[in-house]
Amino acid sequence: MEWSIRLVASASIVVIFLILLFVMREAATLFVGKSATTTQATSTGAPTADLAPESYNPDAEAAPASTEPDVYNPEAQDPAAAGSQGEPGAPGQFIYASKNPKYPEIYNPDTGLLPTDIDEVVEETASADTLAEQSVLSKLGGDAWQPVGEIPKFGVKPLLIGTFKTTSIAILIGAPLGILAALYVAFFARRRVREIVKPAIELLAGFPSVVIGFFCLVTVASYIQDVTGAPYRLNAIVGGIGLALAVIPIVFSIAEDALSAVPKTLREASLALGSTEWQTAYRVMLPAAAPGVFAAVLLGIGRAFGETMIAIMATGNAPLSSFSPLEPARTVAATIGSEMGEVVWGSEHYGVLFFMGVMLFVFSFGLNAITELYVKKRLIKKFQGQ
Amino acid sequence: MAKDLPLKIETHDFSFFYGAKQALHNITIGIPERRVTAFIGPSGCGKSTFLRSINRMNDLIDGTRVDGHMVVDGADVYSKDVDVVTLRRRIGMVFQKSIPFPKSIYENITYGLTLNERRSKSDLDSIVESCLRRAALWDEVKDRLHNSALGLSGGQQQRLCIARAVAINPDILLMDEPCSALDPISTGKVEELITELKDTYTIVLVTHNMQQAARVSDFTGFFLMGSLIEFDRTRTLFTSPSKKETEDYITGRFG
Repeated sequence: MEWSIRLVASASIVVIFLILLFVMREAATLFVGKSATTTQATSTGAPTADLAPESYNPDAEAAPASTEPDVYNPEAQDPAAAGSQGEPGAPGQFIYASKNPKYPEIYNPDTGLLPTDIDEVVEETASADTLAEQSVLSKLGGDAWQPVGEIPKFGVKPLLIGTFKTTSIAILIGAPLGILAALYVAFFARRRVREIVKPAIELLAGFPSVVIGFFCLVTVASYIQDVTGAPYRLNAIVGGIGLALAVIPIVFSIAEDALSAVPKTLREASLALGSTEWQTAYRVMLPAAAPGVFAAVLLGIGRAFGETMIAIMATGNAPLSSFSPLEPARTVAATIGSEMGEVVWGSEHYGVLFFMGVMLFVFSFGLNAITELYVKKRLIKKFQGQ
Repeated sequence: MAKDLPLKIETHDFSFFYGAKQALHNITIGIPERRVTAFIGPSGCGKSTFLRSINRMNDLIDGTRVDGHMVVDGADVYSKDVDVVTLRRRIGMVFQKSIPFPKSIYENITYGLTLNERRSKSDLDSIVESCLRRAALWDEVKDRLHNSALGLSGGQQQRLCIARAVAINPDILLMDEPCSALDPISTGKVEELITELKDTYTIVLVTHNMQQAARVSDFTGFFLMGSLIEFDRTRTLFTSPSKKETEDYITGRFG
């Protein structure tokens, strides 16, 4: 019995590490694949040298070890056959177009397609790439996110700014509301009220985020535009409010638990000294529950920057490098969520998306670690004496 | 009895109910000013309930109700226009379990002082020192005033709580079994403190310990089953009780 519990527990820990390993491996193709591409392109430039053969040209002759070519490009094995079917919008055509949007007409199945053509084209775009940007890292540091442009740009800065904008708006709205609601329910509400309000807010935590996103998209966006006169209907404030709706129940339920766990005698002692309920709540109970409340806010931050659906629906989803809350934003999570579905497997874009996944993982891990090791200790000292 | 002394707290037919259950039955008592009054009695006899009724701490419990009059300084505590917060500033309270706030020793003392007004640092410093001196704690903690109060021993914590209650300068000090969680040495220190404080404050003490009541109090009341059986000078009550129940209790026949 005991060993099975141990097994399940350790398995769940292992699974978390395996997920991280998988994501990091996929992101690593970005670095490994790119360096191979540049060296080969500069050294040979001949059509026989496949650029990142296992992923970019599964249909080429020199790629027998390619990863499941027939799954991803079934028509590529026989372009003529694909052409004879001739339907615009056939799967093969779509993949080609996203790979090399610069020359969509070459891949028109109606004209027929030869493997040599493909090699030529890829070689050309690759050389254009090498002119535009040197290393993957400098690419990621760019100012623009245009992953499917003529020259794809993978600057994550606008995405980080967008994430920062929406997350901070969400926390600025959500954390005070959640904590105040928790204070009210824990200390001020009558028992009847508490029994209704507490489960009601906690139920909100299980609310489908797509519904919150839809609500923001339709209702909150119009209202915010009326109030602020913002030029864009969907912007960081709307997204932030949507995320705040997701954050509030989390902050509330954890903060409420922490506040309720403070001994009732402490409240009596404070009231007996002639303090009001409110003074007791914020000068004694809140500091006593500070670690728990802080953890609540932290989990709220984690939820806010990890939330995908609300961010896709309500932020406007435009990767702008603007800190203005009235302009649209695009978060890292929303980018992964909306682009992963149509990215070419194994491409640079694919690697960048996974790289951002690693970033999210590391960021949330780091946030927790810093809190645990440093901030929490300092905060407790500040609030509770040394 | 206490007729010759000015009375600080008077009750007339005071009854207290937890929901439908009556915890106090028609208590009529006059507690004299600047004396130590002790209440003894077996567990559940209502002595703590009575004590907590004086500064309306029982208001915090849902579904309680009072009947009759509880008069402090000539004003009914339970009349509608009484501000509970002001009332509690005049009536300090020390609990059975020492409950220091999770703050520094210094902040524990100044908490009650800074609730409604700003005071200068030097002002606070001197109040902290004098309160800690009164609580006989100054020498033990003067070097670590800004350390957490939770690091003190149980006896020190309880004396800190007394210092904290004294800091807001109340007229009355209610003590709900202040020594029941302390060792004999700490108990001795707290009892010394009580004796010292009674020149300034009206002290009402609830205790399980009859020896303690005999040692520190001037007047003693004996509670049984929610009723005040007997109330008299401590010496009289312990040497020649007028009621049979009192005699049974103090001679250890029950309780």
